[in-house]
Amino acid sequence: MIEVKDLTKTFDGFTALDKTCVTVPDGGVYGLVGPNGAGKSTLIRHLTGIYRPDSGQVLVDGEPVYENPEKKALIAAIPDDWYYFQSATIQDMMKFYRGFYPAFDMARYEKFREVFALPEKSPIRRMSKGMQKQAAFWLTMCCRPRYLILDEPVDGLDPVMRRQVWSIMMSDVSEHGTTVLVSSHNLRELEDVCDHVGIMNKGRVLIERSLADLQENIVKLQAVWRPGEVPVLSAPLEVLHTSHVGRVYTYIVRGSTRTITGRLEQYQPLMLEALPLSLEEIFIYELGGEQYAVKEIIL
Amino acid sequence: MLSLNYRDSQPIYGQIKDGLRRLIVTGALEPDEKLPSVRALAIDLAINPNTIQRAYAELEREGFIYSVAGKGSFAAAPDRADTLERKSLLIDRLREIIAELRFLQVTDAELTALMGEGGGQ
Repeated sequence: MIEVKDLTKTFDGFTALDKTCVTVPDGGVYGLVGPNGAGKSTLIRHLTGIYRPDSGQVLVDGEPVYENPEKKALIAAIPDDWYYFQSATIQDMMKFYRGFYPAFDMARYEKFREVFALPEKSPIRRMSKGMQKQAAFWLTMCCRPRYLILDEPVDGLDPVMRRQVWSIMMSDVSEHGTTVLVSSHNLRELEDVCDHVGIMNKGRVLIERSLADLQENIVKLQAVWRPGEVPVLSAPLEVLHTSHVGRVYTYIVRGSTRTITGRLEQYQPLMLEALPLSLEEIFIYELGGEQYAVKEIIL
Repeated sequence: MLSLNYRDSQPIYGQIKDGLRRLIVTGALEPDEKLPSVRALAIDLAINPNTIQRAYAELEREGFIYSVAGKGSFAAAPDRADTLERKSLLIDRLREIIAELRFLQVTDAELTALMGEGGGQ
């Protein structure tokens, strides 16, 4: 389990992380979202033991990760700005990684040669951005990490390769219980691969919940009422948003579909329909309710 | 065997559930036929295995599938499914369709004939 408790980090007086708290359960896939500059990459650099916390704790299996080689051997990461040595080839980097990761899997390295059709003996730096990212996946997945930490992982990959790398990661999650933390702006894609979601803004985690919890506790309803009989929905109904086009009223209400539908049916609508919300919509309304600017969050 | 519609706002686990249920009720998956493992489906669809597990758990709770420890999940026979909830949902949907057909001037005689057709299949 990865636990971040009240983590604070400042750079030249700028507070990048402000008492951040994160819990990533074992065997889960945690999606970290938020606007640029929210502190996602700074948080990730703490999780991989690169930054030393100013205050607070970053714990992996209950132990601080900073300067802790035993725990760091379990963590592999693909940062947003990866680094390869001048003129290093994939083979060179494999030997380098093999020296650091005791669990490095050579059989897997050989197998991935077919998956990633990359030139193994040419300098990585001369490859395209997408190919460099593929090389990062090839090397990282061979480290057999217990914790996989990814900053914008599929950026620059083509659609086939995106699906390929997600498929490999989902296989590791289901077979080896690998724990994944992934930052991304693609909420559509996160909805497929995540089971927990954390949303950051201004160095803080605003919402941290399981995807199931998020999806089951907010519902969109469309209703048509008899003319002159439009009910005023008030407590205990927690209405996040109301709009209407002609006689069709749309409500975003917190609660389960069944309870809310039952409540509204008491007002005898001519028509009532419950519609599921996408993760993107959930974020818009959840944050709209907390007075956060929607445009800043959705990007 | 399952395909997901990424433009559908229905949550992924719901789509998986509906897809598998359709395969079972249409007989594409016969009673006692083995369903794909959670892992196989996770790799095939590039979907979180916990999400798939959740769909399987709900289908099992509703009686459409059953699981055998160490062997996997299997399609259940129709009589074993606790279908009350699903039935009332489908009847509601049918009521809406009937209302629309009546609006389109389809006569009750024609509707009754349609019902007869369904029974004959």
